[in-house]
Amino acid sequence: MSDVIVVGAGVVGAACAYYAARAGLDVTVIDRGPVAGGTTGSGEGNVLVSDKEPGPELELAVLSNRLWRSLAELGGFEFEAKGGLVVAETDDVRRQLTELAGKQDLEHTLVPATGLRDYEPHLADDLAGGVFYPQDAQVQPMLAAAALLRHGADSYGHGTLRLRLGVTVTGFIRSGDRLTGVRTSQGDVLGDAVVNAAGTWGGEVAAMAGVRLPVLPRRGFILVTEPLREPLIRHKVYTAAYVTNVASDSAGLETSAVVEGTPAGTVLIGASRERVGFDRTTSVPVLARLAEQAVALFPALRDVRAIRSYCGFRPYCPDHLPVIGADPRVRGLYHACGHEGAGIGLAPATGHLLAQLLAGRRPDLDLLPFRPDRFAEEAA
Amino acid sequence: MTYDLVVVGGGPAGVAGALTAALAGLRVALVDSGLRLGGQYFRHTQDAGQHPGHAPALDRFLRQAGALGTRAEVLLRHQVWSVSREPDGDLLVHCATRAAAVTGTAVAGAAVIGGAPTGALGERAVVLRTRRLLIATGAHDRPLPFPGWDLPGVLTAGGAQALLKGGGVPAGRRIVVSGTGPFLLPVATGLAEAGVRVLGVYEANGGLGLARHPLLALGKAGEAAGYAAALARHRVPYRTRQAVVAAHGEHEVEAVTVARLDKDWNVLSTRVVECDAVAVGYGFVPQVELGTQLGCATRPDVDGSPVLRVDATLRTTVPGVWAAGEPVGVGGWRLAELEGRLAGRAVVADARPTLVTSTTRTTRTSTATPPPGDTAVVPGVFARRHQRWRAFGEALQRAYPVQPGWQGWLRDDTLVCRCEEVPLARLREARSLGATDARSVKLLARPGMGWCQGRVCGYAVSCLAGEPQPQPPRRPIAQPVTLGALASLATPEPTADADATADATAGAAPGEPHDDHPAH
Amino acid sequence: MSFHITVDGRPVPVTPGQTIGAALHAAGVRAWRTTRFGGRPRGLFCGIGVCFDCLISVNGRPPERACLLEAQPGDEVTTA
Repeated sequence: MSDVIVVGAGVVGAACAYYAARAGLDVTVIDRGPVAGGTTGSGEGNVLVSDKEPGPELELAVLSNRLWRSLAELGGFEFEAKGGLVVAETDDVRRQLTELAGKQDLEHTLVPATGLRDYEPHLADDLAGGVFYPQDAQVQPMLAAAALLRHGADSYGHGTLRLRLGVTVTGFIRSGDRLTGVRTSQGDVLGDAVVNAAGTWGGEVAAMAGVRLPVLPRRGFILVTEPLREPLIRHKVYTAAYVTNVASDSAGLETSAVVEGTPAGTVLIGASRERVGFDRTTSVPVLARLAEQAVALFPALRDVRAIRSYCGFRPYCPDHLPVIGADPRVRGLYHACGHEGAGIGLAPATGHLLAQLLAGRRPDLDLLPFRPDRFAEEAA
Repeated sequence: MTYDLVVVGGGPAGVAGALTAALAGLRVALVDSGLRLGGQYFRHTQDAGQHPGHAPALDRFLRQAGALGTRAEVLLRHQVWSVSREPDGDLLVHCATRAAAVTGTAVAGAAVIGGAPTGALGERAVVLRTRRLLIATGAHDRPLPFPGWDLPGVLTAGGAQALLKGGGVPAGRRIVVSGTGPFLLPVATGLAEAGVRVLGVYEANGGLGLARHPLLALGKAGEAAGYAAALARHRVPYRTRQAVVAAHGEHEVEAVTVARLDKDWNVLSTRVVECDAVAVGYGFVPQVELGTQLGCATRPDVDGSPVLRVDATLRTTVPGVWAAGEPVGVGGWRLAELEGRLAGRAVVADARPTLVTSTTRTTRTSTATPPPGDTAVVPGVFARRHQRWRAFGEALQRAYPVQPGWQGWLRDDTLVCRCEEVPLARLREARSLGATDARSVKLLARPGMGWCQGRVCGYAVSCLAGEPQPQPPRRPIAQPVTLGALASLATPEPTADADATADATAGAAPGEPHDDHPAH
Repeated sequence: MSFHITVDGRPVPVTPGQTIGAALHAAGVRAWRTTRFGGRPRGLFCGIGVCFDCLISVNGRPPERACLLEAQPGDEVTTA
């Protein structure tokens, strides 16, 4: 018998489990696969504040950014405070970026065209300028998720944070109108509360509990280059189009250049967005566009070889906000999913706030914008 | 403009398949990454290619390769990095190359979409459009890690063989050959006949010695006797239940530890042998990633390796895609050549209806199930020979399994992944962090994330991750491609030029009614 | 018929059709790069373009596989 069952051992589930254990709760984490086997294992590890419009998601991101820094002190993964450089191709876009930066209330530096190469010596020379955000960072998402689970277990007792991998949740157990556990491929697991941290598959888990949660996959490809001897790119660099694409409602293919180096020496190149269900088939046209945009930004990448690519499925909701909080439709059911492409960045705040809720405390941030039943209202 | 068939791989399977189809009048291109046709078995020096008169099998292959060159487009030094399906059903074969554009063969320029060379490497993207694909990509050695296996001078058995056959260079002067399988024998005899000292052949399996070699039981007495005689002539000891379990040296290999093993390959006793080179191999890994890119189903081979599932006509589970040779099951060059011919015949049978009904695209017959009347495609005599040789290949694999004791040869600091320099200890750490399979071990500890994409360490990582057998590979980019060449594909080629080229060359293809799609 | 390439300025003979890797091996040069983390020496391993251990820079170009790359007269090879 656990206080909390967390469905999903991705980074969000790991953060929920870690903070719940820290709040004194007994937690069982269940995943049908390994740790970080879903979207967490298919991302770049973005911890971004720069790409968010002012509002509840930005507040969540700022809180999360602070929490990631302290979590990294636990060890097991590295918090790379590399900073993000958003670049504008035209003066018009540069003005828009400047305007956004003015509203966000984040630490930032406006970078004129002539100053871009002080940040990134290999940038193309026809750019109009940009904005540098020192708080933007990166973590290795799989290691980070695994580290949170391990710290949770090590610090608060392996009996307090139990990890059940390769176990598939097949349904819920109820007592009256209240959830009292989950049915799994390996028997029943009882618990007072169930946290749906199933990411892109969160809608399916919700459906098992009889509630609608419109979490859908938005596919993205990432190109990985050969490891470079000398780092070519210092920060996370992306074009302004990324901000618009993130917020876009288009189902069609959208790509924008997001380029960064990693400690392993490789360069990661994103980002594409398209709604094609869970289709893993590699799209050469998408890879070609990612390459074209990256080369346009960093001409020196022309001779660098792509050696791998991978794709993942961002869990997106129609309003691009995550779902965090208790589900008023089913007692005992909580959600922590639907973070789209920002799950790594938003995970600690999500876990922290949800743990406060589970422990009967008032969350540090208002969870109203993230409430699980908001879509039903819209439909009505 | 579209090829009737593109063959990937210029070894015995690929050349036989391409030639069979080209002789029947199909428009064929064959793509290979090497400098010359031949693959691994028929690898030869440039000189040998120009002056035939060596081994009969090689001479025959070279004649086939020569015949192919006049009837099909042969693109050497082209690395296929992706194959993909177009909405109209055609397949695109994406290559990267630094070779100059080829002109002047029978179907020059047909259906080739190419970008301009880019960057300091001068690499170009080349895209072949085709109705059908034959995957004849062969296999590579399956090494097992051991302490010191990354020292220069330690090569795979196939690597030592390639160096000798393709470059005329022995890997060292005092060589130890180790591993398991019949392939160790030609490697050792080849080196001995090249005049270098082979200090020993250490076969981890087979407690019975060369006199009871499984080749004998399988009706290959002549072949086994030939190797035995050659090894005896050069006084090369052949030791079973022994293996190299460590290599030593500062900058290069200077000595190895040879161990006596029990039947599970646990070390019983060891001794040190001084040498300057090691050739080591534990069977083969079929290269199937082009098939898995297209969604072809796989099955575990006798040794558990994922291979492409095919029917009696070598058709995969994906329409329009055939496979032959090691990618459908390790079995050697004779089997590969036969399968190439059978696949070629099946492709011709598939293409003929298309060719005679050029106006109706709906008659294209590539379906997931083989057409009725397979005996017309694969006559009984071939089918029986195919089954016999396939059974022989499987029997050999059964005789030389990899036993789990090798994991005990490793130390905590032994590199498992050479590319990302991941030692055993980090793999163990990944498992303790919640990795439950090879993929999650890779995500947490990076083995297989480097240049070779796990081709070298994949088998070992799968075993060390506790998987019952390796999962089919996921390699969306099968070969490195420069971002410049990849970016050149982002702008669609103007179709007008491509069609003009296609129309100009169509007339040159004799007696070949063809079936252009609407411009795309 | 044979020609030379230079390896760190030193002439190395090549038989026509030989790869850079084969020519280096024949000349007794068996390691020509070091790994990026451990600084371990590397040369030919798989010999057939699979393992990428044998990456080498020729004429100042980005690294390529020595086992696949045909040596050309006048090639200048630098080892690291």
